Formats: sequence, C-alpha cells, structure tokens
Amino acid sequence: MEQIARILERYPFVERENLIPILQDIQREQGYLTEEAVKQVGRYLSLPASKIYSLATFYNRFRFYPLGRYHIRLCRGTSCQIHRAGDLIKKVSETLNVDPGQTSSNGQFSFEVVSCMGACGLGPVMAVNDTYFTQVTDDRLEEILASYLETQP
Amino acid sequence: MEEQDAQKGLQQELIELLSDASNRSPASQSKEALDRLRRHKVKHPVIALSSTTAGMIAGSRETRQAIEKYLSERDIEATLIANGSLGLGTEEPLMDVQLPGKTRLTFRQVSPEKVNDILDAVFNNFVPPEHVLCQHPNDLHEPWENVPCIDELPFFEGQQRVILGNCGVIDPDSIEEYIAHGGYHNFLKAIRNYTPEEVCDMIDSSGLRGRGGEGYPTGKKWKNTLSSSAEQRYLVCNAGESDPGAFMERMIMESDPHSVIESVAISAYAVGAQKAYIFVEGEYELACSRLQGAIEQAKSYGILGHDIYESGFNLNLQLHQGAGAYVCGEETALIASLEGKRGMPRPKPPYPSRRGFLGHPTVVNNVETLLNVPVILQHGPGWYSRIGTEKSAGTKIFSLAGKIERSGLVEVPMGLPLREVVYKIGGGIPDNQQIKGVLVGGPAGGMLTYNHLDTRIDYEEISELGGALGSGGLVVMDEHTCILDTVKYYMYFLQQESCGKCIPCREGIRRMYEILDNITQQPHQEDSRATLQRFKGVINLEKLAQVVHDTSLCGLGQRAANPVLSSIRWFRQEYEEHIFERKCRAGVCQKLRTFYIDVDLCTGCTICAEKCPTGAIVGSAKHAHFIVQEKCISCGICYDVCKFGAVISK
Amino acid sequence: MQIEIEVNNHTIGARKGETILEALREHGIQIPTLCRLEDFTPTGACRLCVVEVEGMDRLVPACSYPVEEWMKIHTHSPRVIEARKMIVELLLSNHPDDCLYCARNGHCELQRLAEELNIRERRISGRKNSSNLDLSSPGIVYDPSKCVLCSRCVRVCEETEAVSTLDFTGRGNTTAVKAAMAKDLNFSNCIQCGQCIMVCPTGALHDKSYLEAIQQAVSRQDVTTVVHYSPSVVVSLAEEFGLKPGKDLSGLINSALKKIGFDQVYDGTFAAELFVMEEAAELADRLDKTEHLPMITSACPAWVKEMEQAYPDLLPHLSTVKSPEQIAGSIIKQFCLESSDRGQNDIFSVAVVPCPAKKFEAQRQEMTQRGISDIDAVMTTRELARLIKLFGVDMHAIEPLEADAPFHRDASAARLTAALGGTTEAVLRTLHHQISGKDLRNPKISRMRGTKNTKSTHIRLGEHNLSLAAMSPLEKVREIMADLQEDKSLYHYLEVMACPGGCINGGGHPFYSAPKTLRSRMKAIHQNDDHLATRFVHHSQEVVEFYRRYLGESNGEQARRILHTRFTPRDVLL
Ligand SMILES: Cc1cc2nc3c(=O)[nH]c(=O)nc-3n(C[C@H](O)[C@H](O)[C@H](O)COP(=O)(O)O)c2cc1C
Ligand code: SF4
Ligand code: SF4
Ligand code: FES
Repeated sequence: MEQIARILERYPFVERENLIPILQDIQREQGYLTEEAVKQVGRYLSLPASKIYSLATFYNRFRFYPLGRYHIRLCRGTSCQIHRAGDLIKKVSETLNVDPGQTSSNGQFSFEVVSCMGACGLGPVMAVNDTYFTQVTDDRLEEILASYLETQP
Repeated sequence: MEEQDAQKGLQQELIELLSDASNRSPASQSKEALDRLRRHKVKHPVIALSSTTAGMIAGSRETRQAIEKYLSERDIEATLIANGSLGLGTEEPLMDVQLPGKTRLTFRQVSPEKVNDILDAVFNNFVPPEHVLCQHPNDLHEPWENVPCIDELPFFEGQQRVILGNCGVIDPDSIEEYIAHGGYHNFLKAIRNYTPEEVCDMIDSSGLRGRGGEGYPTGKKWKNTLSSSAEQRYLVCNAGESDPGAFMERMIMESDPHSVIESVAISAYAVGAQKAYIFVEGEYELACSRLQGAIEQAKSYGILGHDIYESGFNLNLQLHQGAGAYVCGEETALIASLEGKRGMPRPKPPYPSRRGFLGHPTVVNNVETLLNVPVILQHGPGWYSRIGTEKSAGTKIFSLAGKIERSGLVEVPMGLPLREVVYKIGGGIPDNQQIKGVLVGGPAGGMLTYNHLDTRIDYEEISELGGALGSGGLVVMDEHTCILDTVKYYMYFLQQESCGKCIPCREGIRRMYEILDNITQQPHQEDSRATLQRFKGVINLEKLAQVVHDTSLCGLGQRAANPVLSSIRWFRQEYEEHIFERKCRAGVCQKLRTFYIDVDLCTGCTICAEKCPTGAIVGSAKHAHFIVQEKCISCGICYDVCKFGAVISK
Repeated sequence: MQIEIEVNNHTIGARKGETILEALREHGIQIPTLCRLEDFTPTGACRLCVVEVEGMDRLVPACSYPVEEWMKIHTHSPRVIEARKMIVELLLSNHPDDCLYCARNGHCELQRLAEELNIRERRISGRKNSSNLDLSSPGIVYDPSKCVLCSRCVRVCEETEAVSTLDFTGRGNTTAVKAAMAKDLNFSNCIQCGQCIMVCPTGALHDKSYLEAIQQAVSRQDVTTVVHYSPSVVVSLAEEFGLKPGKDLSGLINSALKKIGFDQVYDGTFAAELFVMEEAAELADRLDKTEHLPMITSACPAWVKEMEQAYPDLLPHLSTVKSPEQIAGSIIKQFCLESSDRGQNDIFSVAVVPCPAKKFEAQRQEMTQRGISDIDAVMTTRELARLIKLFGVDMHAIEPLEADAPFHRDASAARLTAALGGTTEAVLRTLHHQISGKDLRNPKISRMRGTKNTKSTHIRLGEHNLSLAAMSPLEKVREIMADLQEDKSLYHYLEVMACPGGCINGGGHPFYSAPKTLRSRMKAIHQNDDHLATRFVHHSQEVVEFYRRYLGESNGEQARRILHTRFTPRDVLL
C-alpha cells in the first residue's frame, strides 16, 4: 500500500496519460497487480476502477497473479513458428501442466508465449527467467524442462 | 575527479562543435578527442561486443564475462564496449577487435570458449580464419591480410546502408561517439537554417513514404498537420513493432538510439510539435533503457528541452512503453494507448493529423520513416529520391528470417528484386532445399511464391500481388513449410491480437482460423458429405475473408484477409490436397498424416510399439510390425523413434 | 453548407459535415445499425451500416463517415448486402440459439437484423464463447453469452450515469463486458438504474423477473395479494399496447390488475403524497435548524446507492424519507388491511415500478420488518405488460376502474414526482404552506418543468432565501457533489434522479422510447397537474385523514418510524 503510494508520488500530474506507466511501475515492483492497486490508482487519477481493470486486461503484459519461480517464455514469432515452435508450446504445457498465460498451481512455473524475442535467426528461442536457449529442439526442450523440474523442492 | 573534468571538457567541446554546425573541422584541442571517438586513433585495443537482444540471446553476456576475465587475468589495458549490432543475426555474438593502427576486425559466433583463442591470436597479430568474419577497411588504418573486407561479404555487398550506417559501429550508449560521427548536426542545421515549412518541403520532394505499412507520403502528412491552426501539435514516433518475426526496429533502437532521437527531433520541429513521444513495446527492455539513456544524454547536451541552442524551439521528448498489444501499432489505437486507454482503434476520418492525441493534431510516423529524415537533410532531397524506384524512393529495411542461410537485418534500395535479397544477401535456403515462398510484411502481409522471386520490392509491386510491404518482415519458407499451417498460425495470432471492437475482425478471424484448422485435421469418419462440408468451408473462407477485408474498422482486420486470400490465390493446389487428398506435402499437419511400416526396413525392434500412446502398433519382436489405422491418432511418435526409417508417413 | 451526393443513382441533398447515415435518414433511406446510440459519438464497431462508395477500396461505415461532395453511394448493392449478412451470421455463430426462451424474444435487435437480412442458412459455425450467467443482482440479469459487444451499455453507464460499472475487459474474441475485477454485478458499484437494459440490443442485459412468484401468489386463496404501481408507470404502459404514448392508463391498469386476480389494487400516487408531505416537513425542519443543507432527495434508490458508495461522508444530506414505493410497501403491511382478519404474513405485496433499482431497494435490509420485506415482489412496466398479456387481458376491450381506497388518488400533485423537477415543485408547494401558512399564488413552477437535465429556482420564503435544483442523470450531478464535498454548494434542496428526465424514463419502461415518447410522458404528467382541482398535497382530504388516523404529525415520531429510513456507507470498488 505504501509502496503504491510511493510510486504515485512519482507522477505529480494527475493525468490519465500516466495510467499505463503507473501500472507498469507497480507491476515491476510488486510482480503483479492487485485489487488494492486498482483502487488506489483509481482514486489517485479519479478514474473508475472498471476503466483501470479494463485497460489492464487489454494489454498482454499486465497480470493479476504472481509469476512462477521459473518464468518460461517461448517465442512464437513467424520464424520460430516455421521452425516448429508450435510443437514446443504444446510440449511445455503438457509437461508442466500450465497453459500459456498461467502460473502452475504450486507456483513453480509460469508460461508465456511471446510474439518475437528478437533473435529470429536462432529460433526457436526460449527463456527461463534470464537464461536463454536457442535453436531448441524437442529433445533439448525435454532436457531443459527436466533440469528445472529436478530443482523443485 | 580528473576523469570527470575531462568528461566535462569534452562535453563542452562537442557542444561547441554542435553549435557551429557549418564548421565541421574541429578546433585543434578537440581533434584528439574526436579521433578517439571516431576510433581513428586508438591508444589501447578496443573490443566491442555486440550487446543487442539478439546478441544476448546468442550468449554475449557469457562472452563478455570471458573477455573481462581474459583481460584482467593478463592485465591487458583495453577498452571493452557494449556494441550495437551489424544485423547479421545468425553469426551472433559478434565481437570486434581494433588494435592501435590496425583496421577493426569482426569475429563471428564468439562463444565464451572461443574468447581465449581469438584474443590470444589477435594480440599476437594473427587472425584465426575460422573465427573471423571481416574487417572494416579505412584509409587511416593498416588492413589485415587475408581477411575479407566487410563490403566483400555477400550479406553486406548487396545492401545500401543509408540508415544503418552507425549500427554495430558506434557505442550506442555514447552521445559523444554519435556526435563525433556526425550526429545531431542535421538537427541543428534544421532548426537554424530552415523553417518548418522548408523541412516539410524537402521531405515532400524527397518522395519519402511511410514505412509503417500504408506507404503514405510523409511530406504530405506533415504539411497537412503543419497547416492546421492549432496551438498544440504532437509527434509520435511509432516503434511499436510487434509483428512476430520482425526485429528491425528493435535492433536499430538498441544499436543507434541517438539517431532515433535526432530523427524525432527534426520531425517534431518540421511539424511544429513541442512534445513528442516515442512509442516502444515495453518488452523491448534493452531498447527502452538505451533510448531513455539517450534522451537523458541529449537533455544534458541541451539538444532536448527549452530554447534549444537559442533557436527558440522547445522539445519535450518522452518515451512511452507499450504494455503488449499488436494492435497498438495502428495509429489511432496507439494514440488511445498514449492517452491511457485501451488500445482500440477508432474510425477515421477524422485523421490524427487533424484530431489526434488529446484531440490535437498529431503526426504518427513509423520510426524507420523518421530515420530517413536526417539523411534527407544531409544529402538533399534530390540525392535521396534517386535511390530506389520512381514511386518508392529510398531504402527499405527488412528483417530476413525463416528458412534461410543468413538471417538478419538488411537495408536495400527499394526496387531490388526479391531474388537478390533471398539468394544473394540471405544466401539462399539451407540444406539445398527448394524455396516455396516468402511471407512479406508479417501477419498483415501476403505470400509470394518462388515464381515471384523477380518481383521488385516496392509498395506498388507487392500490393499488386496481394501482399503488403507492412513493416518489413521477410520470412522465407521452404518445402518443409506448410502453407496452410502458416496461414493458420497467422490467423491464430491475429485472432488473439484483434482488439475485439468490430465484429468482422473479432468473429471473422477466428472463424477463418477454425476453417483452416478443420482442413488440417483428420476427420474421424469421412464420407462424401463431410468432404463436401469441408469444401464448403473453403468456399466460405474466401467470402468470409473478403467481407473481413471489406468491412473491418482498422488495418488489422482489413489486412488479416491478406494471407488467406493470397495463399488461396497462389497455393490453391495445396489447399485442395489438404481437403480432398488429406495430404500435407510438407508433412507438417500432423493430424493429416498416415503412417505405414515398411516391412522390408522394419527390424522388429519393438520400440515403436512400446512408445505408441494408443497401442496401435502390433507385431512381435524381430518380426515386421504393423499399424492398425483405426487406432492411430497420427501423433508421429513411431516415425520419430524408429531408428531404421521403417515408418513412412504419407 | 448544402451539398449534393448521389445515392443509389439518385441525387440527394446533404449538409457538409454530417455523416452519411444522417443524410440517408433525412431522405428516408434506411440502413441497419447496431452499435449506434443516438446522441453518442459513433464508435463504428458493428460495421452493419457499411455502404459502398464508388472509388473506395473498402466499404465505409455510414454512421461515422462524413459525406463529401463527390460521393456516389450504394446502400444496398450485392456487395453491401452480402457483407451485412455475413456480419450478422458471424454474430450468430457465437450466439446461443435459444431465442424462443430469451427474455428479449420478439424485441431483439439481433433477431430483427437476422430477419431483415433474410438469413436462412447456417453458413458459418464454430466454437462459442463460454460464460457465466450473472444472477447475483436483484434487478438485472447479465448473460454475457448474448452480448454482441456493441458497447452501448458501457457508454450509457459511463456517459449518462457516470457510474462506469461496466466496461470491456480482455481483448479480441475473449472481450467481455464486465465490472471491475470481473465482480458480479451485485458486488460491484452498479446502481441498478437499468439504463443499460434500455439500450442493450439483445437479451444480454435483462430484468431479473419475479413474475413466477407473483403468478403463484395471485392464484392462492390463502393470501391477500396487493399491488400498487408508481405514477410513472401510468404514463408509459400505453406504448406496450399500441396506444398513444403518454396516455394515462390508470383506470385500465386497475381493471387489468383486478382481472389478473389481485385482491387490492392501489395507485401509488397516494404514497407519493405522503412522500411529499414528509419531504416538505423534513426540509422545513432542516431549514429551521440550518443543518445538513442542502437536503438531497432519497426517492431514487439508484442514487441512494451511489451516495452510499461514492459520497459516504455526505450521507447526512440525504433526506431520510423512504421512496414512495417503499412508503406504499410499509403502510400496506402496517395499516391498510388492519380491518381484515388477515395478518401481515398473509399479505403478498407487489409493486409495479419504473426501474430495476426498486427491486434492489425492496430487498434492502432497512426495508424489512422482522426479516420480512415490506414488498414481496417487484415488476417493471415491461413486466406488467407481459403479465397482462399472459393473463389474456385485452387492454382495448376492458373498462377502466378506480383503485381501492385509500389509494384511489390518481389526481394529485404528487404525480409530478414521476418527472424530473416534479418532486421539487410538489414539495415546494407544501413547504410554502408549512413555512408561511399560505399557499403559493401560482402553484405552477415553470422552471421545474421542461426537458432540461438541470433545473433550478430561487424563492424567498419567510426569512429564507431558498435555492432549489433538480438534476438527472448522475453525470450531471458530479460537479455539484464535488462542490458539496468542499462545502461550496449554494443550494438548499437538491432533487436527484438517476435516469435522464426522472422516473418517466426509468430503466424498466418499454423498450425503444424515442425522445418524442419521453416528451409525451412528461407532458401527460404536467397536464394532469394543470387540470387538478386541488394542486396542494397538504389539502388532500385523504392525506389529512390518513395522518390523523395513523401517523400523527408529518415528520413526527410515528411518521418517522414508519416513513423514514437510514443509510449506511457501502464499501465497494468504485
Ligand atoms: C494492426 C496494425 C499494426 C500496425 N503496426 C505498426 C507498427 O508496428 N509500426 C508502425 O510503424 N506502424 C504500424 N502500423 C501502421 C500505423 O497505423 C501507421 O500507419 C504508421 O505508423 C504511420 O507511419 P508511416 O506513415 O510512417 O508509415 C500498423 C497498422 C495496423 C493496422
Ligand atoms: S479490425 Fe480488429 S483490431 Fe481493428 S478495430 Fe476491428 S476488431 Fe479492432
Ligand atoms: S451487454 Fe448489451 S448493450 Fe452491453 S455491450 Fe453487450 S450487447 Fe451491447
Ligand atoms: S452503426 Fe455504424 S458501425 Fe455500428
């Protein structure tokens, strides 16, 4: 709560244009958005909560749930797709039991399909937290996932 | 302390250099600094490691650690720079080494293990040929022997780098280097020597057209805004590039952020805007932080802010980070997003140039469009309009990817035949495969076949073939790429990215996706009626696509039909194979595959029977196996596990 | 500036700057629309209004595209018709096929479009969105599966009511209209004014219906069924039966309700009279003590909820008088049947009301006694029409009847409360008498009439210099509430109605009320007043008698106990 108040202080101009930057800041610091955040930001900008929720659900990157300990991102840009990223997505979902855009129930894994990571020449590209993997094949994916599954408590 | 003073002094000199834009020969005391910044003279070895996202994904962070370790262990005094990128994605991470007096070298695919070998060799004046990519020749430096010059490499030879000149050459985090390489001079020239009208005229007569997709003449758009009697005008630089498979803009922003800022500054001046926004996807973290850093530097140099170099021109430039929505590339959606709203497009007219951000006239231009502006100012509109074709002047940047030998960022003059890009620059298809087609302009673009390889790339030619230049993705497909699967993928992407406002796009794209999905599935019991039904699907697919094209509110929906219509137009046969023969010639549409076991090749190892999830494979050890088709779900596991190639897919 | 355009090969005149649609409508050329809402900025979302303009690559939306001189327009070319048809088919492909069971069957715009466009074949089918029916709220049912995302409700909720409960959430084909944090309506800041139902083209937003319970009650012998109807219902029901809009139907309503089987039929105007009496007495008292001024009306339950959730610190300003409907509810159960041998528990009390908010109000805890609601079931005007049809009553054939006593007061100044400004007008008449002991010489207060959304008047009354104002819809109230929060308001009395124009435009009246219809309803209310024998509630014999017998002083102890209520702040996400 105080954290949000501190963020709001950075935006002395009460203007709607600041809404996205404010939410981005909150998410950066808290990991995700909460009802409390929606409420406070709404009060600050004199905006109805529905407008804030509506905006936040429009954009891909705002979320109302925490990320997993391991956040897996898989690129599905055209080039990665042509290199069969579609199959990998299915495999990740099946192996870890998380659908894209979700966090597994034990909070270990979250999975996100992104539309281009910017290394099309090296596709399919995947990242777990900050570690990148390039030219990921089916077998390679299995190994990678297994290594993270092992480290589970 | 001393260092800080030196830094201040340098800033002073560079500012003076800037304020005296006509006089390009610096005062003697700054000569040395400039030489250093231009890397004409380096005291110590300079190592520049590409540190763009592509480089990082390829592992440049680890490489950097290895280099640091190497240098510190051996106590070598050298400058290590986080470099931009030359754009050759497949060879990342690239590492440049410049020894005093010698030309700069570029090494390819420098993984951490290679660092010691390469640096050992170079510091001993030897260039390991297996690691080197090229050298950058220059009158001032002694060239290396037996190392190809950058211009001799096929990837660079066919390019004309008008905009990308600085990328991979200068330190993206250093405004000093940018200025030393001629940066911000054009901005100062503009605000000192020309009126906004004159700049607009120059851009108009250069023939520059929007690179964001529509190809609208930029000069015309600017004049339209400038002529509106408004107190407040805005300029928005659209770098929202969120086409899957396009990475040009990201790479430029990461490699040469100051050029983006200079371009925006000139353009804002030309359209009479005192406030400008650069819109970048927040996901492009590195691009954002480099741009933000560059803005701060520019402010401290007085290049942004109030009464810039006593010209009376004020500019407040702000970076706006997108929160993830492809449709926000559309200009009215982009403006809504800037205003803190859902990024939903609105009907035009009124166009943003009349009613845009907060109701004020607003120019929205693509970042690549704007990057041409300083170039035009520097060389003149006449020079510029001679590049490219008559109707499409200048160069175009593409991100070349897919099934191609060398993928990356390329800048070529408009009008270059597609073949040159694919074969000469891109090096053709790997593994001697046949090219099937090229996807031009991302999901909103179209498909071209190998028959179109001689098409000259410009706005008119491409759109005549049912494509759109779009933002410049070029994705090459080979015979192992299924057209339907690719179109399906685009429809899947677009249905997720549709803003959901208008009915044809929201509902239409998903139905197109479903029809395609249907075609690529094996129906369980197929009789002639079911086949007919599927064929009806295709007939409706074309009609549906036409209506989506005709009636959607914004370009997303309107162009969503492009991949469908152009693929039906050029690859009708593949559709028919999928529908009637239930065959995917590329072998991609899994559900359509039927598997057989070649009795002559089968050794009876039983691995396939063990792995089959439905128990569809029967047979005893050491005897040929057999697939019970009724049970088979076409998952293809047997095909993958058979070591003897006995499982055949049809 | 007048220009000429060509439409379907004929030249027609048009004004520069107007949209193609406006130009076409002026010349009687009809094209379908769905997302369009009169008086709101076009969103261009549904694309049904597309027309073909020669020389343009794509079809253009007539609702938002301005006419231009060179235009040659085709409104019904094969390409246009095919496009419109396909768009409706696309909607249908994601629509539950249950028209026959739908609340809007026969009144649905989607149904009409499918009919008009001659859709006879299912060319497109596919996966449908799944969604949950939201039955949480006492007045409004939301069925997202029927939503066509026209955004009309969103615009009304935001731009008319300034409540902004509803908005789009999500994106692409999973877009849905929802409240903040996807809360169910009853847990949101929805005030249940029902204006969204009025504009929804389909059955996505519809009445929560209690007709079943009502039907059962009227058939039971062991309960006394009592029904009363609000003054606004009287002037709006006519439209449902093809009668002249604004026609006063009270006689026919009494008759129809009797035929349906209600034991007692009351005209709610009597309760409105008590309401006016109490309101005037309370205001006089506050003026006397100069506390909690301005006094703000509490007759509109939608507004009361908004006060409770958005301005909790200003709650003391709310008048404590119950709404006329709830006054009727409480006196029916307390007194009206005291002569009969049946107890309170044997009464089934029904209210016919102008809006869903009254359903919500009837379920408030404050409106119960020992756990039993004063009003057992509520229906809107629309539902009354349905009930009448269900019972086969022919409104064109029946004879009017008078309502049962003491609620047979159809001719009364309290009728004014149905239209915005009317409460102020009626209250001021009584207040004048209360303070000065004299009646207003000219009881008609013209400044409180007319179709404007904010009306105000000033009057010298004894030592007081009074400013009174009436305003609706809530969008118009925001500013004054902000002033009030800063203690800056100059008013003494504020009449606030959530629906534009007051209860005659409530969210429970017949669909498709054109602005003209609203004017007729308002006119009917005012004309009724102008022709009254006595235009002062406090002079009404029945009222005086009722106070004498049951209530004592107005705003006195007994009256306060029965006719007044209290309010509590609500903690909802705004
Ligand atoms: C769905 C959609 C996505 C778009 N994405 C982009 C984009 O990522 N970058 C861009 O510059 N323009 C994009 N555009 C085009 C812009 O609407 C606009 O035309 C462009 O920014 C104008 O700049 P230009 O005249 O310099 O091309 C997109 C358009 C549509 C319809
Ligand atoms: S075409 Fe698609 S993205 Fe564009 S407004 Fe319509 S629904 Fe939104
Ligand atoms: S609920 Fe009704 S009014 Fe609201 S968007 Fe859906 S269809 Fe339109
Ligand atoms: S009425 Fe024109 S788009 Fe809906």
